[in-house]
Amino acid sequence: MEKTIHLRIKRQDGPASSPYWEEFKLPYAPQHNVISALLYLREHPINLRGERVAPVVWESNCMEEVCGACTMIVNGTPRQACAALVDDLAQPIVLEPLVKFPIVRDLHVDRQKMFDALKKVKAWVPLDGSQDIHQHAPRIAPADQALRYAFSRCMTCGCCMEVCPQYHDASAFIGPAPLGQTALHNSHPTGGFFKEERLHALMEKGGLADCGNAQNCVKVCPKDIPLTQAIGELGRQATIQWLRDIFVK
Amino acid sequence: MAKQRVVVIGGGLGGLWAALRLVEAGYPVDLFSLFPVKRSHSCCAQGGLNAVLDIKGQRDSIQQHIIDTIKGGDYLGDQPPIKTMCEDAPGLIRTYDRMGVTFSRTPEGIMDQRLFGGVKNRRTCFAGATTGAQLLYSIDEQIRAKEDQAGVTKYEYWEFLSLVLDDAGVCRGITALNLKTMQVQAFRADAVILATGGAGLIWGRSTMSSSCTGAATARAYQQGAKFGNAEFSQFHPTAMKGHDKLRLMSEACRGEGGRIWVPRKAGDQRAAKSVPEDERFYFLEEWYPTYGNTVPRDVASRAIVRATRHMGLGVRGQEVVYLDLTHKPRAFLEARLGGILEMYETFAGQDPYVNPMEIFPAMHYTMGGLWVGYEKDAQTGGIVRAHPKNHATTIPGLYACGECDFAYHGANRLGANSLLSASYSGRVAGDATAAYLKSLKSSSDKLPQSAYDAEKKRQEEINQALLTRTGGENASTLHHKLGEVMSEHVFVERENKGLDNALAEIGTLKERARKIALDDKSGWTNQTLPWARQLQDMLVMAEVVTKCARLRDECRGSHYKAEFELKQPEGKFAGDPEYEAYKATWKTNNEKWLKHSIATHTSDGPKVEYWPVEVSVMAPETPRDYR
Ligand SMILES: Cc1cc2nc3c(=O)[nH]c(=O)nc-3n(C[C@H](O)[C@H](O)[C@H](O)COP(=O)(O)OP(=O)(O)OC[C@H]3O[C@@H](n4cnc5c(N)ncnc54)[C@H](O)[C@@H]3O)c2cc1C
Ligand code: SF4
Ligand code: SF4
Ligand code: FES
Repeated sequence: MEKTIHLRIKRQDGPASSPYWEEFKLPYAPQHNVISALLYLREHPINLRGERVAPVVWESNCMEEVCGACTMIVNGTPRQACAALVDDLAQPIVLEPLVKFPIVRDLHVDRQKMFDALKKVKAWVPLDGSQDIHQHAPRIAPADQALRYAFSRCMTCGCCMEVCPQYHDASAFIGPAPLGQTALHNSHPTGGFFKEERLHALMEKGGLADCGNAQNCVKVCPKDIPLTQAIGELGRQATIQWLRDIFVK
Repeated sequence: MAKQRVVVIGGGLGGLWAALRLVEAGYPVDLFSLFPVKRSHSCCAQGGLNAVLDIKGQRDSIQQHIIDTIKGGDYLGDQPPIKTMCEDAPGLIRTYDRMGVTFSRTPEGIMDQRLFGGVKNRRTCFAGATTGAQLLYSIDEQIRAKEDQAGVTKYEYWEFLSLVLDDAGVCRGITALNLKTMQVQAFRADAVILATGGAGLIWGRSTMSSSCTGAATARAYQQGAKFGNAEFSQFHPTAMKGHDKLRLMSEACRGEGGRIWVPRKAGDQRAAKSVPEDERFYFLEEWYPTYGNTVPRDVASRAIVRATRHMGLGVRGQEVVYLDLTHKPRAFLEARLGGILEMYETFAGQDPYVNPMEIFPAMHYTMGGLWVGYEKDAQTGGIVRAHPKNHATTIPGLYACGECDFAYHGANRLGANSLLSASYSGRVAGDATAAYLKSLKSSSDKLPQSAYDAEKKRQEEINQALLTRTGGENASTLHHKLGEVMSEHVFVERENKGLDNALAEIGTLKERARKIALDDKSGWTNQTLPWARQLQDMLVMAEVVTKCARLRDECRGSHYKAEFELKQPEGKFAGDPEYEAYKATWKTNNEKWLKHSIATHTSDGPKVEYWPVEVSVMAPETPRDYR
């Protein structure tokens, strides 16, 4: 029999529709990844029953695991579909949309709340304008830079949010990714001037205290971001801030 | 007068910088992007960006950066903007540093600099192996801060479809498609900035992200914006093969000792490791004994095509050659190239420490783009900053910046110069637009609603026609075909006969594209509809590229036609009669061809004319010479 790639995809026509499963087979070729297989189906959208159907909807852009667009659940694990090589996957390859975010259509979900969370913790270095002030940022020790670099690679993909037991519809928890970004900006020599605002945002409901320390987040992060280290560090910073708030009034 | 507004289309480095400057100047911005701006293609850049900081004791100078950029582009870039870009680069870098970009540091904690191609000094700032992402994130954060203060309104998951022009041909807004609801909407604006990136997908697959179709610029072009130097695209010699994308394998692989080879015997089916040393053809080392594997990008690309297409020596008879690092110790490779080799392993499923990598040249960067102007400063020879002419397209009120404009890189872009130009040009375009708005007598809310409604209706009809047509062509099939045509004929080597064929084939594809029928008729997040429209616009742009390539009978930068090559006499230098004769021919050729090709859309396809290049900073006295 001819070798094939067998996909089993959880589909949903729109936010209010019911989900359903649909299966597809395409001819095997080496070096396919999940996205290139979906691209093949965009041209040949024929399901296992031989019906020509609407092509599957999904998000992708960079195709090299840097843009964060293509997160989906591949054989049970949330990950970047573009970096999921067919040759490494058990078949049928089961594709599902992330569950922690509202469905747009098929494998495409709406992760806007991750970007909103970045506003909540003010994940930026405040500037007095983008003009040249004829000065660099203050010096940063190479070791500090290395840690900051580790945090700065977050591509807002949502894998960590997907597996965090504390992050769900019924909870206000902000989730691990924005915590990593808070640690990043607090560690910048001038970004740190605004530590207090960020920490206060995290001392409210839905902040740091809601993390159950399950450590699922670090295990799935495709960029190996030391999220639990961020959470630990922010915990210390928050305690100091809490004491300050009481005594320095 | 009501409050003026600006539409910025594109949220890569170019668009975000433009938006930031406008908000700082007090103008509200509506920012459009196909997806959350943080996912823009700028995040793919790994290497770095150039700015003269001269921290390595090499006496690097801004003057040298200007010369390298002008010469690197084979003199085809207008020089005043190049001059000011290089002068302003250090200040731009300082601002990025203040934004918190995690630039790699020296032991003293200042920004480090590395060496990049086409340059003698260490001039490239970098943040690990993810410089583009780090720059994009930092400016994305600055924009998020402005969003928080209501200066920027983001329209993510919206696709720009067309400009709204008034009777005088002035740009007064846009129409865009909501990619979720599939509704078309018109937006009023007093100025519009396009920052929609490169057009790699015209070649089918490229090193670019899958959103880099160039459709947005093609739309502005079809509405009258002139397009410059379309025939100039950079092909990177070492990209992975792939069904979906040709992933870039950095130049650093060759820099660190990578050797390019093919088996000497055509169609040799043996695994690379089983081919004995004396049956391997290290063609770059044989053909270019001085530089060997580290010849410049265009030379390497052409040599690979010669070995495969002309000599039939591609690995297993395919368009593939080996990039071999297996002779190097693992520890050395891990330290120097770890990230890159990891990417190869992830996507090829092969271990590059054990087996040679398989690579081939791929489309990588669009030097051509929308023509944009500038105001020259007679005193400095650079540009007048914050002048409304800077980065203005030929449509009044429409600006362009980033990879979608044609400025700075001429016939060939230097490594690490486009993160610079994308950021810098965004800043200039933002400032220029603010100056333009100040000079405007009326705001766009004077224009009757009917103008917007008419354009919206025109766009809705195009969508409706696509949605209702049945039983026809498939956009992806046509896209593959376009990719084949472009990769065969409009690639690293060009020939007039092949280019004529390509024009004919593109014509046929345009016919077929009129019969595209969609597999998805849904009115909710229908991805087939925008894809079909993008494909039609890619065909228009492919025709412009091919036509301009057909007409340019010379070799310049990335554009190569063997028939018209002026050969540099080997071993001869200034003063030698052979070299002087060559130089004289080169100068005569410049009189004819040192010109921008400028394409204008007509119903019979592109009309091409030639505009002078401003060479007031450094006259073209000596040819490029990388010996
Ligand atoms: C693999 C790779 C590596 C590179 N490495 C380097 C390097 O090391 N150094 C260097 O200097 N350069 C490098 N480059 C080049 C550089 O990355 C790009 O030239 C630059 O990032 C382009 O930025 P941009 O802002 O013009 O466009 P992009 O970042 O491509 O952004 C385009 C934006 O336009 C939007 N858009 C497009 N069409 C529409 C539409 N119709 N409607 C609405 N929005 C739209 C998109 O949503 C996106 O936000 C590299 C390029 C590649 C491919
Ligand atoms: S440690 Fe556990 S609870 Fe805390 S953010 Fe990570 S996954 Fe969630
Ligand atoms: S922290 Fe890691 S898993 Fe979470 S969003 Fe960022 S990159 Fe993705
Ligand atoms: S497509 Fe960008 S991460 Fe997969």
